Amino acid sequence: MTGDLGTALTSGAYITASITKRLSNTLFLAVWAAIIAVPLAIFLGLLAVRFKDRWPDKLISAVTLASISIPEFLIGYVLMYLIAVKLRWFPSVAMINDGMSLGEKLSAIALPVTVLTLVVLAHMMRMTRAAILNVMQSAYIETAELKGLNGFQVIFRHAFPNAIAPIVNVVMLNLAYLVVGVVVIEVVFVYPGMGQYLVDHVSKRDVPVVQACGLIFAAVYIGLNMIADIVAILSNPRLRHPK
Amino acid sequence: MSDLQLQVRDLKIGATVYPPGEKTHDIEIVHGVSFDLEKGKVLGLIGESGAGKSTIGFAAMSYGRGGVKITGGEVWINGRDVLKSDTGDIRKLRGGEVTYVSQSAAGSFNPAKKILDQVVEAAVEQNKFSRKDAEARARDLFEKLGLPDPENIGDRYPHQVSGGQLQRCMTALALCPEPDLVVFDEPTTALDVTTQIDVLMAIKAAIRETGVAALYITHDLAVVAQVSDDIMVLRHGDMVEYGPVDQIINHPQEEYTQALVSVRSINHEEKEPNGEPVLCVRNITARYKGTQFDVLHNVNVELYPGQTLAVVGESGSGKSTLARVITGLLPPREGEIEFAGRNLSADLAGRSQEDLRELQMIYHVADVAMYPRQTVGTIIGRPLEFYFEMKGDEKRKRIIALLDEIELGEEFIDRYPAELSGGQKQRVCIARALAAKPKMIICDEVTSALDPLVADGILKLLLNLQKIEDVAFLFITHDLATVRAISDTIAVMYQGKVQRYGGKTKVLSPPFDDYTDTFCSARSPRCVWAGWKR
Repeated sequence: MTGDLGTALTSGAYITASITKRLSNTLFLAVWAAIIAVPLAIFLGLLAVRFKDRWPDKLISAVTLASISIPEFLIGYVLMYLIAVKLRWFPSVAMINDGMSLGEKLSAIALPVTVLTLVVLAHMMRMTRAAILNVMQSAYIETAELKGLNGFQVIFRHAFPNAIAPIVNVVMLNLAYLVVGVVVIEVVFVYPGMGQYLVDHVSKRDVPVVQACGLIFAAVYIGLNMIADIVAILSNPRLRHPK
Repeated sequence: MSDLQLQVRDLKIGATVYPPGEKTHDIEIVHGVSFDLEKGKVLGLIGESGAGKSTIGFAAMSYGRGGVKITGGEVWINGRDVLKSDTGDIRKLRGGEVTYVSQSAAGSFNPAKKILDQVVEAAVEQNKFSRKDAEARARDLFEKLGLPDPENIGDRYPHQVSGGQLQRCMTALALCPEPDLVVFDEPTTALDVTTQIDVLMAIKAAIRETGVAALYITHDLAVVAQVSDDIMVLRHGDMVEYGPVDQIINHPQEEYTQALVSVRSINHEEKEPNGEPVLCVRNITARYKGTQFDVLHNVNVELYPGQTLAVVGESGSGKSTLARVITGLLPPREGEIEFAGRNLSADLAGRSQEDLRELQMIYHVADVAMYPRQTVGTIIGRPLEFYFEMKGDEKRKRIIALLDEIELGEEFIDRYPAELSGGQKQRVCIARALAAKPKMIICDEVTSALDPLVADGILKLLLNLQKIEDVAFLFITHDLATVRAISDTIAVMYQGKVQRYGGKTKVLSPPFDDYTDTFCSARSPRCVWAGWKR
C-alpha cells in the first residue's frame, strides 16, 4: 500500500497528478451544487409538511417529481439552449482553469450546478417530507401543539430534531451521487472533472485509470455514508447518553 | 361569577368515520354536555372507553384529535367563548391558560430534547415568564412533585428517568406556565401500581397548592374519588350523572352509576385446600437465554382443584415468567413442576398431548390471541377437533353448549373476532380454553385491558365456571381488588421471589412485610373508597 496509482497506459502520465486536478474540479462542482440543493431541499420539505395537502405541497411535489423524471442530459441541453443560447446569461460550456477568479468560475459552472440541483432536489425533499410527516404522528407533537406553538415552531423545534437521522442518510446518498454520478453532466457541459476523465479513458480501454477512478468513487461513497451514520448517532440522545 | 374558570354549555362533538365498504359519514360522539368548574376545584370525568371523556377534555383547549370536530355548544374560559376565538387567541389559550397532562408521558415528551427545555417551553413562548424565572419555577415544581435531585433532573433526556418520574415531569410541564385550568387525561393509568399512588398523591398536592382548576379524566372511580370535588359520569357521549363526590359515591341515583360504584364488590369466600394439589411448583429458578441473572428465585407454590391461586406483583416481578415456566415455554434452570400427580417435562416438546390439554391459558389481550379470519365457531371448535376428534353435528352442539356457558348465544358461532366487543372477545377465549376440558387454566391479566364493568362480568363468569367445571385457575394480575374478588390462595411476588404466600385472609391481613405493605396501600384509593361506601 503506497497510494501510488501508477501510470496511464495511453499517455504514460502519472495518474495521481492528473486525477488530483480533476478531483478538485469535481468536488468544486459538487460542493456548490450541495450548498444550494441541500438547504433548498430541506426548506421545501418543511414547507410541504407545513402546508400538507394544500397547494404549496402539491406544487413542490409536482415540480420536483418532474425534474427527477426528466433525464439529466435532456435538462442540461434544454437549459443550455434557453439560458446560454437564447438569453445569453451564462456560458454553455463549463470550462474552468486556474487563471479564473471565483466569480468567473461560478458563472462558468452555473448551468451544471442548476441541473445537478434539479436532479437531487426531489429525492431529498421527498424524504424530508416523509420523515417529518412520520414524526408528526407522535404524541409529543400533540403536546407541542397543545403548548400553543405555531405550525413552523412545532415542525422545526419538535419534529425536525427527531427526523435528522433519515434525512441525513438520504442527503449523504445524494452528496455521493453529486461526486460519483456526475459523469453525464460533465460530458454534456465539457467540464474538466473526474467523470469526463473516466469516460475518456474507458473509451481508450485504459484500465489503470478506470481502476483509480473506481477506487476514489468508492472511497467517497463509503466516507459519506459513514458520516451519515455518525450524525445519526450524534442526533439521538438515547445513543449519546445511555441510561 | 368571576371565580368561574370553565363553563361548558351544550357541547356537541362530531367525527367523520370511514367504515370499510360504506360511505363516509359524520357521527356525533358527544351529545350536548354542560358543566361548570370553579377556580381551585377539580371535576372528575368518568366513564368507560368510548364515553367521550378525552374528547371533552380536548374541547376545553379547542382541539380535536384526528378527524374530531366540535360541532356545537359553548366553552367559556375566563369570560370568552373559546370555540369562537381565532387561531391566535386559541394559541394563547393553549399552553398559557389551559394545559394538558396526557396518559402516556413517555410518548408525550420529545425524545430529542432535555426535560427542562420542554417543561419551560410553553411558559416562555407565551411570555408568561422569562426563561430564567421559568426554569426556577420548573425546579420548584420538580421539588414539590417529589422528584429526586430537582436542581439537575431537568438536564436529563426523557429516556433517562423512570415512567413515574416522567409522569410527574409532565405535571410540572402543565403547571409551569401558571395555567388557570389543567386537563389531566388518565395520568396514572399507564403506571405501575406502586407508582400510581405516589404520582396521584403528588398531583393532588400540586393541584391544592397551586389552586388551579382541573379536569380529571379517568375510568377508575376510586382514583377520581380521591382527587375530585365533583364527578360527572359519562356514557356513550351523554351525561349520566353529575354531582359532588359524596353524592355520586354514596347516593348514586342512576342505574349505571350504581353499577359503576358497586363494581368489584364480588364476595368470594376463601376455600380451604382439599385433596391432592393439581399443580405443585417446587424450587423453580429460571433465567432467560443470554442473560446473567435469574428472573425467578426458588419459587414454590401449590394449587388445589377447583380453586384459584392469584399471583400478584408489579411489572417485572416475575409473574408472567412463572406462567411461561409452567406452560413449558421457558425451561427452568432448577426445580420441578408436578401437575395432576405426574411430573411435567421442563420443555414443551417433552409434554404429552394430555399434558397440553389439561393445562390451558387465557391471555391479556384477547384481540391478538385469536386469528382474525376465523369465525368464533372455528376458534372454539379447533381444540374439540384436536383433542377429542369431534366432527359435524357433535362438534356444533358442543360449541353451542360452550357459547351458552360463556353467556353468548348461538348466533355468535358465525361471527368474526372483529365483530365482537372487548368483553365478548375475552369470553370466546375463555370458551376456547374450556373446550379442552382442562384441569387448570392460567389467566394472564385477563381483565386488565377491559373496562371496569366488563371486567367485573368476566370475573363473575370465571367464578361461576369454576363452580360448574371444577377447574383451577392460576390468576396473574397486578390489581389487588381483582385478587380479593377471585382468589383462594395468594402469592405476592417481588423481584422474582415469592414474598408472601398463603390463604387470602392471611396474606391480606397484618402484620405485613414491607413490600406487601406498600403493595396493599398502593391500592389505598380503593380501600379509602371502600371505606366511604361503608
